[in-house]
Order: sequence, then structure tokens, then C-alpha cells
Amino acid sequence: MGKNLVELFNLIAIAALMGIPFMKTKGRGILTLAVITVQIAIISTLAFSVFANGLVEYSYTGSWATGEIPVRIDYLSAWFILVISFTFLTGAWYGLQYMKKYADQPDNLALHAAAFILLYTSLIDICVVQNSIVMLVVWEIMALSSFVLVIFEHYKSATLKAGINFLIQSHVCILFLTIAFMWVKVKTGTFDFNGITTFTSSQPKIASLALFLFFFSGFAIKAGFVPFHTWLPLAHPAAPAHISGIMSGVIIKMGIYGILRILMVIKTDMVTIGYFILLVSVITGLYGVMLAIVQHNLKKLLAYHSIENIGIIGIGIGLGTLGLGYHNQLLVFAGFGGALLHVLNHSLFKSLLFFSAGNVYQFGHTMNIESLGGLIRKMPHSGYLFLIGSLAICGLPPFNGFISEFFIYNGLFRGLATGNFVFILAILFTILGLVIIGGLALICFTKAFGIVFLGAPRTEIPEDHDIENKLRVWPMYGIGLFIVVIGIFPLIFNTLLIKVVSRYLPVSDPRVQLQFGETLGKLTIVGWYSLGFITLILIFYFLRHLITRKRMVSQEATWGCAYPCTTPKMQYTASSFIRSYRKLAEPILSIKKEKREANGLYPQHIMQRTHAHDKIEIWLIDKPLLMIRKVLNSFVFLQNGNIQAYILYGFVFVGLAILLPPLVEKIVVIIKFLNQL
Amino acid sequence: MVSLLLILIMSLFFSGIIIRTKSIMSGRKGPGIFQPMLDIFRLWKKGSVVSTTTSFIFQIAPTAYFASVIMAVLMIPHGSNPGFISFEGDFIMFAYILAFGKFLMIISALDTGSSFEGMGASREALFSMLVEPAFFILLGSFALFTGQNSFHDIFSSLHYGSQISYLLGGLASFVLVLIAMIENSRMPLDDPKTHLELTMIHEVMILDNSGFDLGVILYTTNLKFAMYGALISNFFIGMLPFEISIPMFFSIQIVFAVAVGIIESFMARFRMGHNPQFVFILTSVSLLIFFGVLLVLGKFV
Repeated sequence: MGKNLVELFNLIAIAALMGIPFMKTKGRGILTLAVITVQIAIISTLAFSVFANGLVEYSYTGSWATGEIPVRIDYLSAWFILVISFTFLTGAWYGLQYMKKYADQPDNLALHAAAFILLYTSLIDICVVQNSIVMLVVWEIMALSSFVLVIFEHYKSATLKAGINFLIQSHVCILFLTIAFMWVKVKTGTFDFNGITTFTSSQPKIASLALFLFFFSGFAIKAGFVPFHTWLPLAHPAAPAHISGIMSGVIIKMGIYGILRILMVIKTDMVTIGYFILLVSVITGLYGVMLAIVQHNLKKLLAYHSIENIGIIGIGIGLGTLGLGYHNQLLVFAGFGGALLHVLNHSLFKSLLFFSAGNVYQFGHTMNIESLGGLIRKMPHSGYLFLIGSLAICGLPPFNGFISEFFIYNGLFRGLATGNFVFILAILFTILGLVIIGGLALICFTKAFGIVFLGAPRTEIPEDHDIENKLRVWPMYGIGLFIVVIGIFPLIFNTLLIKVVSRYLPVSDPRVQLQFGETLGKLTIVGWYSLGFITLILIFYFLRHLITRKRMVSQEATWGCAYPCTTPKMQYTASSFIRSYRKLAEPILSIKKEKREANGLYPQHIMQRTHAHDKIEIWLIDKPLLMIRKVLNSFVFLQNGNIQAYILYGFVFVGLAILLPPLVEKIVVIIKFLNQL
Repeated sequence: MVSLLLILIMSLFFSGIIIRTKSIMSGRKGPGIFQPMLDIFRLWKKGSVVSTTTSFIFQIAPTAYFASVIMAVLMIPHGSNPGFISFEGDFIMFAYILAFGKFLMIISALDTGSSFEGMGASREALFSMLVEPAFFILLGSFALFTGQNSFHDIFSSLHYGSQISYLLGGLASFVLVLIAMIENSRMPLDDPKTHLELTMIHEVMILDNSGFDLGVILYTTNLKFAMYGALISNFFIGMLPFEISIPMFFSIQIVFAVAVGIIESFMARFRMGHNPQFVFILTSVSLLIFFGVLLVLGKFV
């Protein structure tokens, strides 16, 4: 049955792509939505049946180029399929409403719809196929289709630039993966992922570690681990809101899927790898959130937060890997379990935040936090949903972010009790990192929510009403509901998680599973207490209502310390809110300030502007690019615009290509001859 | 349940003791120790003025703040007697629940659209972020020391045979006193009695709250003090029976309150820019405790 469902899934996509050119714009939108929904229904059935009945495994004979193509849907694949599908379900429903604002661009929309279907299909196929060549091809389809989706507003130069940046970095990622897969193929002669296991058991340890490093670098670019994160904050603000949500929710998670998949098949020194992942992840988390705070573009802020959350997921993975290395099964469960749960949780609240940000964008036509304000009274649905998302992303109870962070914390504190000095130190600094990440996230989201949605409008902006219609809001409420449900009943994914994680263990010790079950049982308690907390707030609020019901309540302007002529301009802005933080973090970040101060008897217009730059981007991307450009600029005379010259270059190239092998042969002969003398 | 009751009783006159100490230190007689609570009762009976800029957030934030502290208080044990809520990793939830209340207070300050309150909110967010690591490392050290992962288990398995654990308890109380001072925005960081809005943190955040809500916020501050006092007392109570532990609880709380009063009488407020450095000291002291624990356990290489 599994085989049929996967084939049906792909056939529907192909049929839909064929159909798109022959439809009208409105029909295209509905067709895309219908196709995605049907596909989700099919593949989710399959994923659930995998969890219920065990793995699905079959293979195609393939061609001479690819060799046998095994398709394996194990628990890990099924878990990711479910996460991807839910985000796409809400993303497609929300996106249809979001794109209505662009109804005057039918061709652009058609391309968008086609790319959307392609993207979903390729994402699912990446999760199922286990042949490296086919996987790379599908990976490429994913990269290209997401590129098309990102550059929807390609008539804006910033969007196009961000898109091209994304395209190039995606291909650097593919390059790393290609090298790694080729190495495996050369050494073992198979494209099957299982070849990696053979490779690592037959090759020396150092080669296995190098292979892992190649895989990790490739997948890290997709996932956005520091220092490979630079495409993320550019691409997210450029894309339409539903694409940003999907990109942050699931596309970057493909990198996480890749790393998890590799960890499943690679058999080498897990301790080294674990410390490595832990280190990279803590840095990623801290760096992401530190930069997120100083951003003034709402979507860019959210993009940096995705980097932070990838860091948290990475901490879980690192912990689990260390557990594998030290044969501590409880750590494996807590680490990988927390990471997998956070993958789901992050996809929920991040897509919710991006969808709300999309509403804000279409309402005020700007993403600059500084010029917004007081939106909660104009768009209450988006406001309160953004608040739920913010609380969840800060990891505060009673929402889902707390559950996965609690999971990871639990693993960390349990890890403290075991192990040697180095391990304890690593755990200590990871806890320190995780706590600081949480605190900084709190600053960041009080800023984002407080400045955008609360207070009074800071500038006059052209407002587009009719944003919050029912069809647009219900997918968001669906996500919000899910966030609260996971926060209160954390165990709904209990069995699924145990199944996924137990695949990492060669022999799963039933005692540990039992012990882990107990740990999970404690999670139920956390859920109940979260529910209790909500009830407590409600009871107190009700009491307050009862007590103050008959009291006099008068409405007045905000107290300005006896100054009566307050204006919205006097409100705290985002930059002033984070000023003391900025002062602290200035040595690490690079923040440029422009300032015109008041001077003279009749001070003129004064202003202050701050720009936050990503230091890693400057050193890793911008400066090397500048160098390359300098070197290449000396060859600019070749590009003289003369068609005849270009034809000449062609001939020279072809001539060299033909002549070179015989020439080399002759030289070799001469050298041999000389040697004989 | 014992600790909830004790903390509630203590919260009635905690800030009264602080104020009384400060009065005596400055040569005045000062008000009775229940005066602050009476002031709060008076506020609870009053009507209120609400800013026109505010939304529902402003209405619910004080209540949610109060609920978060009550929820946190429920987790605190009293010696061998576990708190109402006790499970493995409860101190993680403790910290995050308190953060939830803080989150809502910060955004409710931003809700008023006042420049002063934004300033207070910004400082509160930063300082409370800087305090968190100290708390987690402190609890991490004791988790390592005892091999347990919840408030009750940690406190009930601290054996006070060796002097080293008293030393650790002393250092921990030092850290917790300062955490309490920072969380409640008291003297070395913030002066609740200052009349210049630009130098205030917590007080300036609640400029627009009035009547019942203001009373709730002020009472929550007292409750928070008593809660941290209860945590400190737990480091010394151990497995003692109630006849000894309850008087001990109160005497530790009173010593704590008097200490706060003395600190506030003899210390000047730091310059705002120097506060972060001061807060970092806490984290380093907690790290010291952590390494001390490693030494004791013989895991230090």
C-alpha cells in the first residue's frame, strides 16, 4: 500500500502541474489548494500507518546512472512528513488569501502556484528516498522551487538580490552534499544511504569524521547553523509571508532531517561529533538571538529567531549524540526527543508568527517596527495570535515551546549527574547558553510585540483594512490551538517520539524505555500544571472582576508625569527599548550609528539611526567576495562586448579542449624519453 | 501546603520590617510593620484610572503577574515537607513561570505608550535576563551536589554534616538575596523611593496602574520577597521537625528583611550603566559554587 500511496502522491503533483497552464487565476489558486490538501491527506495516512504498522520499504530498479533506488519510510521520515504536511496545510490556506492582494499579476501567480506544489512534493520525497543521486536531484528541485517562491516580488531589487544569494548558498550546500555522497560511492560502490554505514566501518576514524563534517556543513547551510546562516535573514523578509512561514517552519528543518538521518547511519566516534554539534549549536543559538534583538525589520527579526531555534534543536541533537557516544540511553531519549519535539513546535509558532507578520505587512505596508504601533486595536486576531506565538517561542508555559525546552533541560540536568569533568563542563555551558538564549528571546519578543501591537501608532501609515477575514484567520487559529494543546497535553506525541528515537539505539534497553516513560509521565504533570496555571489566572481575573465591578473606572490619557501635551512621538521606540542591551552587546555585534544632534541657538531637525550588521556575514561573505571581485576585475578586458571576440574565445576553448589530451600525452612521452637517457 | 501558608503570612509584614529597619537606621521611629499591607488594603478598596491608549493586556497583566508568583510559591517546599507542586525539574518551571509574569508586566508597560514606562520595561527585561543564569547555575550546582532534580529532593537530601555544605548554603543565600533584590528592583540596582522617573526600573513600569491593580502589584512584590526568603530558609532547615523549622523559617526571613533594610540604608544606588556588571558578579559567584561542588565531589580534574 505504501508504494501506491507514494506514487499516487507524486502523480497528483505531476497532473496538477500539467493542468496549471490551462486554468484561470482563480481556478489555479483553488486547484493548488485542493491538490495540496489531497496530497497531505494521502501522505499523512501513509505516515500514520507507518507509525501504526511499521516501516514501509521497497525499491525501484533504477537506471545505470542511479543504481537501485530504495524507498524507505521509517519513523524519522514519517515524523518529518507530518510536520511538513501540517505547516503546508495551514500555509496553503493562509497563502491563498494572502496572494489575493496580488491578483493583478496572473502569470507570476501561476508560477508561484506551480512552484508551491513542486516544493511540497520535493520536500516529502526527500524524506522518503534513500538513494543519494535521486536525493540530490530532489534536493535541487527543492532549492529551485523555493527560489522561485522567494522571488515572487522580483520587481523589487532587494528581493531579487536576496533570492540570488539564497540560490547560490543553496548550491554551495548541494556541492558539499555531492562531494560527501561521491566519496561514499567511490569507497563503497553504492548510492544507497546504507553505504555510509559500510564506509564508516571500513574506513579509518579520521575519514569518517571528515565525511561527517562534509555532510554537516552541507546540511548546516540549509538549516542555518552559524556561520552558514547568512542567507536566512535575507531570504525570509523577501518572500511572501506564507513562504517565509513555510521556509522557517519546514525548509530549514530539512537540514535538521539530513543531520538526523546521517547520525542514524554513520557509525563513528559519536563523542567528538556530539561535542562538536553542541558547541556549534550553542553558538548558533546565542548569535541568532543576539542579532535578532537589534533588528528593526519584523520579518528579519523572526528570521534571526529561526537561527536561534535551530540552535536549540541542535543542542538537543548534540546531547543525544553524546548519549550515543557515552552509552547513556536516557540522554539519547531526552536529547533526540527534545530536538524532534522542538522541530514540530518551532514549525508551529514560527509559521504563526510569520503569518501574523504577513497580516501586519499587508495592513501597514511596512515591516519597519519603528513606524508601527497600536495595531492590537486595529487587528485584534493577528495581535493576540502573535502574542501566543511570542510566548511560545520564548519557551514560556503553558505553551508548547516550554515543553520541548523542558525536555532538553531535563536531559541536561540529568546529564550533570553522570559523566566526567569535560562532559559536566560542556553541560554547564550548554545550560548557561540555553538560559541566556531564553532571557534574550524574552527581550526580543517583548520588544517585537510591545512596539508593533501596543501603544499608539508611531507614524501615519496608509492602512489597508479588510485584512482579517475569516478565511485568513482560521488557519492561524488552528496553529494557535495546536500550540496550546501541545502545551497542556505534551504526551500526545509520546509514542511517536519513543518510536523515532529508539531507532537510534542498536539495542533498546526496555528498562531505559521504562525510565524514559517515567520522565515522559512527568511531562504529563507539567501539562496539568500548565492547565492549572491558566485556571489560576482565570480565577484571579474573575475575582478581580467581581471586586472591581462596582468601582469607579475613569478613562484618562496616559500619565506623562504631569506633562499634558503628550504625543505618540514621545513613546519608547524599539531602538530605545533595546538601548541598554545594545550598549552591552556592542563589542560582539557591529552596529553603525548615524546621528545628527541638536546644536546652535535654533536646533534643526535631529535624527539618530542604527544599523546592525552581521559580523560573520561581513567576514565570511562580503570581504571574500570583494577580494574575488578585485582579482576577477583584472580580466574584465575579456568582456569587451564584441561578438567576434566571444566566438574567438569559444574556438580557443574548444581547440584547447581537443588538443590538450594529445598534447599532455606527447609531453609524457618526451619526459619518459628524457628519463631513459 | 505548609510553605504556602508560611509565605503568605510572611508576606504580610515583610516590607514593613524593611521600612521599619530603614527608619530606625535613619534615627526615626517609623510606621508599624503592617503599615505597607494596610496601604495595600486601602488601594484594593479604591477605584481606578485607566489610560485610553491601553488594551486588554493592561487589564490582565497584574492578575497574571500575581498568578505567576502564586504558582511559583506553590512549588517551594518547607524542609522535608514538599510544596503543593513538586516534580522532577520543577525549578525549571519555577523560573519560566516567573518569566511569564514578567513578560506580561513588560508588555503592559509598553501598552500605555508612555516613554517613562517603556524605559522601565526595557531595564526590567535586561536585568531579569541577566539574573536568570545565576539562578540556573545555582540550582544546577545543588542538583549536582545532591544528585536530585527537584526543589524538595534537593533540599531534603542536603546533609548538613560537613562544613562544606554550610559554606555552599551561605554562598547560595548570598546569591539568592541579591537575586531577590534585583527581581524586586531594590537598592543597589534601583531605588524604589526615588522621585525621578528616569532612574527607576520597576516603579516606573507601573506608573499608570492604579487602584486594585496597583495594590495587587505591590502585594506581589512582598510575596516575591517572602518567596525568596523561603528558598533561602530551605538551605538551612533540612529535615528538622516543625517545632524547630517554623521558628527558624521566620527568623531567617526577618534576618533577610533586616539585611535588606540595612543594605538600603547604607548603600547608594549604582549608576544605571554599572548595573549589568554588578549582575554578572552573581553569575560568577554561582559558577564558584558550581566548581566548589565539583571539588567536593572529586570530579574536578
